[in-house]
Amino acid sequence: MAALARLQARLSGLREEYFRRNRSEDEDRKIEYKAAVKIQSWFRGCRVRAYLRYLNKMVIFIQKWWRGYQSRRHFRKMVETAYFIMKMNFYNEMAVRIQKRWRGYYVRKYIHNYYALKKYLEAISVNNEIVRKKLQEYAEMKENEKKKKDLEKKEKEKKYQARKMHYLLSTEQIAGIYNSPFRKSPDPMELLLQKSKPLSHRRQQIKSPFAYELYDWPTCKRPPTFSTAQPLPPIGRQKPQGPFRDTAEVLQQRYKPLEPTLRVAASINSPLQKAREEMKREEWRNRIHDNEFLPFSSYHKNEKYDPSIHRSGKYGQETYGIKHFREVQPKKWVADKDFQTVLPSIVLFEKFGKTYTRTGQIV
Amino acid sequence: NSGVMSLLRPLLLDVIPTIQQTAALALGRLANYNDDLAEAVVKGDILPQLVCSLSDQNRFYKKAAAFVLRAVGKHSPQLAQAIVQCGALEMLVIYLEDFDPGVKEAASWALGYIARHNSELSQAVVDAGAVPLLVLCIQEPEIALKRIAASTLSDISKHSPELAQTVVDAGAIAYLAQMILNPDAKLKRQVLSALSQIAKHSVDLAELVVEAEIFPVVLTCLKDSDEYVKKNGATLIREIAKHTPELSQLTVNAGGVAAVIDCIGSCRGTVRLPGIMMLGYVAAHSENLSMAVIVSKGIPPLCACLIEEHEDHIKAAAAWALGQVGRHTPEHARAVAVANVLPTLLAMYTDTHSSEDLQMKATLKNILQKCTYLPALEPLLHDAPPNIMKHIIGQFSKVLPHDSKARRLFVTTGGLKKVQEIKAEPGSLLQEYINTINNCYPEEIVR
Repeated sequence: MAALARLQARLSGLREEYFRRNRSEDEDRKIEYKAAVKIQSWFRGCRVRAYLRYLNKMVIFIQKWWRGYQSRRHFRKMVETAYFIMKMNFYNEMAVRIQKRWRGYYVRKYIHNYYALKKYLEAISVNNEIVRKKLQEYAEMKENEKKKKDLEKKEKEKKYQARKMHYLLSTEQIAGIYNSPFRKSPDPMELLLQKSKPLSHRRQQIKSPFAYELYDWPTCKRPPTFSTAQPLPPIGRQKPQGPFRDTAEVLQQRYKPLEPTLRVAASINSPLQKAREEMKREEWRNRIHDNEFLPFSSYHKNEKYDPSIHRSGKYGQETYGIKHFREVQPKKWVADKDFQTVLPSIVLFEKFGKTYTRTGQIV
Repeated sequence: NSGVMSLLRPLLLDVIPTIQQTAALALGRLANYNDDLAEAVVKGDILPQLVCSLSDQNRFYKKAAAFVLRAVGKHSPQLAQAIVQCGALEMLVIYLEDFDPGVKEAASWALGYIARHNSELSQAVVDAGAVPLLVLCIQEPEIALKRIAASTLSDISKHSPELAQTVVDAGAIAYLAQMILNPDAKLKRQVLSALSQIAKHSVDLAELVVEAEIFPVVLTCLKDSDEYVKKNGATLIREIAKHTPELSQLTVNAGGVAAVIDCIGSCRGTVRLPGIMMLGYVAAHSENLSMAVIVSKGIPPLCACLIEEHEDHIKAAAAWALGQVGRHTPEHARAVAVANVLPTLLAMYTDTHSSEDLQMKATLKNILQKCTYLPALEPLLHDAPPNIMKHIIGQFSKVLPHDSKARRLFVTTGGLKKVQEIKAEPGSLLQEYINTINNCYPEEIVR
């Protein structure tokens, strides 16, 4: 009970105290509140700052690590590219060296081969010399031939003249023109006259002006001979006395032209066939007309034209030479027969020309 | 004259063959003399009568009839057309099959004269089927017939490539090539002319002619004693060499250039012209070929031609050929310049000739643009006209900066003085060249 009494004594003061305390508390509340807020905020700030600092440190650590990693990677890449570029430059340079050598070689060998060109030009000059020499020889040969021919012609003429003038030969008593006594030795013409045989009365060969040119070419061996008419007997000749035959007959018999047999006419060296060919060619050349001589009554009736051997084919006139000029080569043909038509012919077109009668002139 | 025609016409139908022949011969000689008379023959309706009487005649009549046709057809294309229109071509082709060589010769001569005028008439002759028969005629042994047949083939094939191809298809080239060896000069003329007319149209035809192995036989023709054989031989080689570089190479390898050069040296006048043109064509194709021409000593004959000849077209051809030889590289231009031909060319250029000016200018320009041989350029400085002077000064300005000896020579020979005397517009190319030259020398000398 003492405690209760004590409490009751204090009770009167308690209410004031209580009020006083509440009041002081209320008065201090704001200040305390602000103080508490301040302290707390400060403390929170410190905590957060510490936390931020910690975060910062961690972040820096991470970033440092990351950046180092990136740069090392980058650096490695740079080193790789630099190395690569170095290698490529090296390769390029080596390739340039190879290409340089190759291009030089190729151009010098194939495109502009100086030594080959030089050799070619030298070969051309050598060849030209050879050709010129050969042509010179050919020209000289032709000159010699011409000269020889001229000489021979002159010789022939001289001999002919000597034969004509054989009567100018000197005799024992009378010295001829060419054998003057004042000369030391007779003139060459005199010697020629001595050697020559006098001409006969008739000249057997009629000289044709073309004979000289054509004799050279081997295919045309005989000059074109003109038909020799029978020479007339001399005018006003006295018939010789006596039982002589008619002069014309005698001369004809004496100078009958030679008609050699085939065996004689052909040269010894040529075979029989060549002789036959010669005869055939002559007959072909001189033959005038295919048909035999027709009587006058059929002069205008016979209008048909006989084609030549060259142009007439087996079934009429060959179109080769007129319609077409190329040769046929049966060996190259694919099949023996002509190609068969696979598609049927068009019916309408087959009627063409047949729908009317012949008098309609369509056929 | 017309009185004579109407009198001769019934004589053609006379019973006696001698009268027919003589009447035909008379008509032929009349028509041969003058083309008015030939027209009168055509107008007098004589040709159809000749055509009607075909195969029943003897060879003298046939020859006379062919002579008439030849005489009429040779004067002008219209008369030849009249002959074709009255159907005479078939008759002539039938005559070509005759056995007598004189008839064949007359017929092919007439066909040749008809085909000579233009390509339609040639085509008409070919359509009548004459070409294979002509090729058969060439193989005959008579020289005169060969000549005429070759000349007819030449006249047919000269107009167009198709006609030449027709002649080639009939197998003519082999026979023509064999006949080059014949010693007769007139035959060789015609054969070479025929081959050159065939070869001139295209590369294929030229190759066909070459395949017939005409080289080196053709070169012997260039040494023949007959002038026209040489001319036609040179023409043939020219027509072959002008198409492609390969064909030119072929002729050079066969020694053709040497033979042609000798041929030019030995002839005078228009006979030289095909040879000169052949050298020009060969040199134009490539620089190796042009060097081959130089090496074969081709330039001295060309210079001789330029100086000696009087005809303008031959001089122009020689100048053109020299231009083709010299235009490739400085080496070539030097070879041309050393032969002392540039002053001659310049003199001809400045001379008052109208037609050759163009060629001379091109020639001079081509050679000068490549010429670095200064001693040859010096004489030209003194007389050249301004447009040529530009090129000469240009060449000097290219060479002088690099060659000290040449600079010294240039001053001592008075070239620098001449250059100072030239007046050029400032800013023109000529002024630039002059400046370049002046810059090579120190100031005192220039003034």
